[in-house]
Parts: sequence; C-alpha cells; structure tokens
Amino acid sequence: MPESFPSPGSDALDERTLVRLYRLLRLTRAFDETLVRLYRQGKLVGGVYTSTGNEATAVGSAFLLRSEDVLFPLHRDVGAHLAKGQDLKTLFLNYLGREGSLTRGRDNTAHYHDRRLNIFGNVSHIGAMIPVAAGAALAARMRGEDRVAVTMVGDGGTSTGEFHEGLNFAAVSKLPLIVIIENNQFAYSTPTSKQFACAKLSDRAQGYGIEGSTIDGTDLLAVLDTMRGAITRARAGEGPTLIESVTMRMRGHSEADRADYVPSEILDSWKKKDPIARFESELLRRGLLTEERIHLVAQEIRTEIDAALAEAESHPLPEGSSALTGVYAEED
Amino acid sequence: MKPITYLEGIATGLFEEMERDGSVFLMGEDIGAYGGAFKLTRGFIESFGPERVRDMPMSESAIIGAATGAALLGMRPVVEMQFADFVSCGFNQIVTVAAKTHYRWQTPVPIVIRCPSGGGVHGGMFHSQNPEAWFANVPGLKIVAPSTPTDAKGLIKSAIRDPNPVLFFEHKALYRQPAIREIDPGPDWLIRIGKANVRREGGDLTIVTYGAMVHAALRAAEILSSEEELEAEVVDLRSLIPWDVEAVIASVKKTSRVLVVHEATRTGGIGAEIAAVIAEEGFSDLDAPVRRLGAPDTPVPFSPPLEEYFIPGTDRIVAEARDLASF
Repeated sequence: MPESFPSPGSDALDERTLVRLYRLLRLTRAFDETLVRLYRQGKLVGGVYTSTGNEATAVGSAFLLRSEDVLFPLHRDVGAHLAKGQDLKTLFLNYLGREGSLTRGRDNTAHYHDRRLNIFGNVSHIGAMIPVAAGAALAARMRGEDRVAVTMVGDGGTSTGEFHEGLNFAAVSKLPLIVIIENNQFAYSTPTSKQFACAKLSDRAQGYGIEGSTIDGTDLLAVLDTMRGAITRARAGEGPTLIESVTMRMRGHSEADRADYVPSEILDSWKKKDPIARFESELLRRGLLTEERIHLVAQEIRTEIDAALAEAESHPLPEGSSALTGVYAEED
Repeated sequence: MKPITYLEGIATGLFEEMERDGSVFLMGEDIGAYGGAFKLTRGFIESFGPERVRDMPMSESAIIGAATGAALLGMRPVVEMQFADFVSCGFNQIVTVAAKTHYRWQTPVPIVIRCPSGGGVHGGMFHSQNPEAWFANVPGLKIVAPSTPTDAKGLIKSAIRDPNPVLFFEHKALYRQPAIREIDPGPDWLIRIGKANVRREGGDLTIVTYGAMVHAALRAAEILSSEEELEAEVVDLRSLIPWDVEAVIASVKKTSRVLVVHEATRTGGIGAEIAAVIAEEGFSDLDAPVRRLGAPDTPVPFSPPLEEYFIPGTDRIVAEARDLASF
C-alpha cells in the first residue's frame, strides 16, 4: 500500500472538495477506459491517448484555476479538462468527430477550444502551445485582467525550440504563466535518458531565471500545493513557474502502441504509486471515504458516462461537404 | 498634402491603427527605442510606450506564437520579422497554429506578420528572399504584397482589421524610393484585400505581377510602347491569397497574351498558380502559352553582378514580352 504523506496546505481542503477531487480522478480513468473500449470496438477512429498514471497531475494542474484563467492542456490531460469544468458529452462529441462538437468534427481528441471555460486545446506539435499560452498571459496583463495561463508539455516536448523560446520570453516579460512538464518517462518509445541530460527538468528554470520545482506527479495533494504557490506568484506579478511533475505513462503512446519497449519492472514499481489508489487510501485513512462510498462513486460515474456517450452517439456525423467552410473568419 | 514613401505608408498606416484601436500592438526585434532595423517604427515607443511597442527576444516562434495567444484573448498584434527570411524560424507557429485555428475552432486569429522581403539591397541569401509562396499552400493564411506607398498604407490597415492571420510582404528596395512617393491619402484610406489594380492599360499583352516587380514591369511597358509599339497592360495583384482571378481573367480576355512576373524563384512560385488558373479559366481566350518570369532557381546570390543577374529586371521583362507578342 502506498504510504501516507504529509502535504502542506492540503489540510485546508474540506471534505467536500477532497471527495470532489477523488471523483475527478475516477472520472478521468473511467473516461479513458471508455475510449479504449470504443476504440477496440471500432467505434472511435484515430488515435486514443490515455492519461493512465497521469490523472493526479492533470486534475491537480487545473483544479485551482478560476473560470477566467486560461488553460492550454494536452490531449492526454482529460483530467484537466474535467477539473476546469468540461462535461463528458462535449468531450465525447469531439472524440467521436460528431456534428455539434466544438470542432465540428474538424479536429480530433481534445483539440478543441471552449470559450465558456477558457480551454484552448493543443496542436500535435507538442511544445508549440507554450509561446501561445505566454501570449495569452501577455494579453491578459495588457488588458488589466487578473488571469493566469497554464499549459502542459511532455518530457519529449521539452526538447523543442518552442519550449525554450516560450519560456524564455515569458521569463523576460515576467508573465503569469505556469508550465507543467508531465514527465511520464517516455516520449512515444524514447526514454528520458535519450531526451535530456540534466538531472531534473526543473533545473532548467534556473537557466531562465524563474521558479521551478520537481514534484511527485502521482501525489494529487502535492500537485495542488505546488500549483497553489505558482498561481499565487503569477497573480502577484512574480512571473512564470516551471513545474516538473514526475509520473509514468502506464499504457502505450496511443492504443496502437503495445509499448513492449517499457521494461515490466518499471511498470510494476509505478503500479504501486497509482495516483488514484494513492489518493483513495489517503481519504480512507482520513475517514472521508468508505468502501461503500467508493462503490457508489464508481456506479454514479458509470451512469454518467453511459448517458453522456449515448447522447453524443445520437449526434450524426457531419456532412462531408461541410469540410469546406470556415477556413477563414469573415470580416466583422 | 504631404508625399509619403512606401516605408512611410506602412508606418502611418500602423500608427493610425494603433491610435484608432487600443488592442493593436507591435512585437518584434529592436522595434522599440531603436525603431527597427529599417527604422519603420521610429517614434512609436514615444507615442505608445513599451507595452504596445514590445522589444522581443530573438525568438520568431515566441513572437508569432505570442501574437496568436494574444489574439485569442482579443488583441490585434502586428509583428515584425526583422527580415522576411527569418520567418522560417517561426514557420510552425504560422502554418500549424495560426493558420488552422479558425478552421478547427471558429475562433479568429487577427494577427499581421510583417515581412521585409526582396533583393537588390546586397543583403545576401539570408536577407533578400521572397518567401511568399511557402505560405500560399497553407489554407487559412492571407498574403499581401503592395507595390506603392498608398497601397502599402491601405493594405496594412486592412490587414490589421482583418480577422485572419495576414502575411504582409513589404519590399525593402521600395522603402525609401523617392520616385514612387505618393500623397498620403489620410486616415480613412483602406485597400480591400483580394483586389488587384490595373496600373497601366494596354491591349497587346498582359503583365501580371506584384511588389517591386510592378515598377520594373511599368518601365518595361514604356519601353515596349516606344520601341515596339506594343501596349502592355500591367496588373498589380496586391493580394496573393486571395488573388483577384476576375481582374486577371478580364485582362486575359482583352489581350490574349499573358506574362506573369515575380522576383521570387520560378519553380512552385505564385506565378505557377496564376498560370494554371489562366489555363483553366481563360484557355479559349489565349493566343499564346502563358509565360512565367521569375528569378532562377538558386538562392539569392550576394556579389552585385550575381544579384543583378538573379533578379528579373526591366530588360528581361521586355525580352519576354517581345517573345510573347511574336508568338
């Protein structure tokens, strides 16, 4: 069993919030499991990229944001989308490429923009959204709006030029930007040993002259505490923060990838640190959860997912010829 | 009314839009106190301050990416590439992020990317290119390339007001040419993106061109008129994406002979697209095959005789036009 862990700041979270967080973790995993099932049934085309092992990082990165704060998450961050307030039906519609989805079937997975929630999906060129998120942070400040920009990148994405350019620009301009590196040990099949040579990816923060830290990304309360500090600094005008959240990608890069390049002993050791089991046992220890309640939450989630999926599946696929419209915005 | 240069056309257009709309701001390298490599933004920082005239690190991806991000939150950034050549460093942000955002999200990205382009200034192959065609194959971008001070002014203002990413190719060799100065048409002047302009009327052949080559074509047309009694019509495209098919086809119907001229290299250039569309839509009006004149397919060479040989000039346009007329 995972050991219990002291988490400064987490004491402030009330029971209701903690149970809500637990629910978000479970919902994330259940959503992923549903995607995998749909993929195997041939009901979902394109790539399926799960967040198994990454749920605590994703949920924790977005949970403390206000609705006006801007989030530029990755496709693998369903937990962040949900924590920012996204509903299951909206997500399913986009994954299924249906009419009525936020991208109208034009882009896949979670590559959507939701104006209501200030979620801006990524492009597949990981790292490219860092300068964009920095620009959003700049615009917010220029407009006198108190908004923080949060974006994610993988361990592979830290090797891109845009990672460097975006962070350096944000540092120079002291922008309210938080960049979370989800170091899940593999970029597709490439291990971190072939990706970077520094001891910790957060060491790079020093090179940019900004705050940085490396945290256990399977520890939801640690993620929340780190985010709380980063958000406070960003709102106070103290500039960007680089957070390396260390996790493990427990499945393949996509469901098309068997990931047999991952040594089984690595998976075994990370299994013991499953972020959901870890948080669950902590809540059990604190007496905030019971086996009965856990079962109940699982049932509720199942019902919610089935209903949202059924609703999404009732939407037709878009007309082929609708692909032609909207390449350009019309003049005002 | 005061005559303005091409550079002043762009600068006054920018300045007026910044006065008109508080969401318009500038980002670029050395554009603040220094006023830009070409001094186009000289005096701007004094009027608008360092927040709206932002000196940026040497990071084209960060500059263009930040422009996109700022546009997503309601700003209208105009960014300066120090030279058009350096836009290659920001390519991904343009073609992957900015160009595709409206298509996938229905969210506009009103950004302008100013690209000082073109040769004739002995800048060598990294300070002289005309890279407009790199972007013509990317749906979601608009591309303009003015040839005169008033067009430059009208198009920069329209580009800023346009809700899409616009690449603005401004030819460096035109910046301070006294011969092409025009009277400042004032703050209400706009040139619609997508509209060509017939610079010279003629019935014997059509020269379709844009940017600095418009002036070479006009000189060539005068020579053809006085020496050969050939009257060339010169169509200045002004906008490359979208381009004015209607105006070009109308001229083809009138002259039945077309020469497409650009300073950019020939293969895969804008001229190839124009020639193809003329072949598709104006074939029955043609008396001769469409001809293309572009720079040879080499990098832009440095040494003056090499560069002079490289850039299509008046003489070569005259020779091509003569050939075309005698077909």
